[in-house]
Amino acid sequence: CNEAKSEGRAELIPSIKLRHCCLLRNQRCVTAYLYDRLLRIRALRWEYGSVLPPNIRFHMCAEELQWFGQYKKSLASFMRSLGGEEGLDITQDMKPPKSLYIEVRCLKDHGEFEIDDGTVILLKKNSQHFLPRWKCEQLIRQGVLEHVVS
Amino acid sequence: MSDALSDDGSDLNQDDSQEDVMTPAELIAKLEEAWLNEKFSPELLENRSEVVECVMEQLTHMEANLQRVKKGDAKASIHRMEIDRIRFVLSSYLRSRLQKIERFFPHVLEREKSRGEGDPSLLSPEEFAFAKEYYANTETYLKAVALKRMPPNLQTVDMLKAVPEPCLDSFVFLRVKERQENILVEPETDDQREYVVDLEEGSQHLMRYRTIAPLVSSGAVQLI
Repeated sequence: CNEAKSEGRAELIPSIKLRHCCLLRNQRCVTAYLYDRLLRIRALRWEYGSVLPPNIRFHMCAEELQWFGQYKKSLASFMRSLGGEEGLDITQDMKPPKSLYIEVRCLKDHGEFEIDDGTVILLKKNSQHFLPRWKCEQLIRQGVLEHVVS
Repeated sequence: MSDALSDDGSDLNQDDSQEDVMTPAELIAKLEEAWLNEKFSPELLENRSEVVECVMEQLTHMEANLQRVKKGDAKASIHRMEIDRIRFVLSSYLRSRLQKIERFFPHVLEREKSRGEGDPSLLSPEEFAFAKEYYANTETYLKAVALKRMPPNLQTVDMLKAVPEPCLDSFVFLRVKERQENILVEPETDDQREYVVDLEEGSQHLMRYRTIAPLVSSGAVQLI
């Protein structure tokens, strides 16, 4: 643009400005698309936990996986810093607690599962259990257990 | 609920040399106030890390107490519920804050950088570190995937312009805790004129956040 002015070819300036506006718009569109993907990837951490299912990882490029890794590291150090011995996992307790124990059905084989008082439960597909709510939250979100509302 | 809590609390706070002069019930009330305000406010509010720390300590004490109670005791379930409820409120409060930090990250960082010496801080040190890492992470990503392939003069994005600011004109419900007089309400359209209202204690209103923002930070109103 400056070169056009100095060389006296001022009639080029409108087309230069137009081209610049188009480039800026393209930049905005591209960054908006990429940023939106990042927001969805961020949501995955809150929904699925720190390990993503392989079919989702397949849809992510290397840089997105790197962003995800960095994000969950940041989140983890924040949660650890919250005090107490291990901090506070704020990705749990997403809903207000309604009852202490809930009835759950196992949707897939998950092997052995230990609860607070030391008893070990075998989570076999289609088995039903009456378990403490706070232990089941993550497994329900991952699709391993299903809350049975009778 | 608070009775069960002060029951446990009375044998915890024997150490009077602690700065924590609030009873557990007062502490939880403060947490709930901060939680509701943060939930309903469109912008990030001042950080209340002293409340967070005290509540975390409280939870640790309560968990320890619960281990000592023999199993099957009816009181144990009530205390368990208590712990779960408090943990939910605390987690929800921290989640609200993190979400706002992520949504408005360039503005939040800018506000924190440009605040004066004596001004209360918006972010706890840990939140500040989180915000900075989020900014750097996102910038690195955009650069690596797209910006480095663009023409030289387009290789940066001004985050402050690109990321939208919180909408301070959104309407919020509030309850008045301390009587306020002569609150100036700005006109919204050209036809209206500005007017003043008096806020009576205990009354509830629906107003634009911008008008009452300073009252939220001073504790004169509670968002509901």
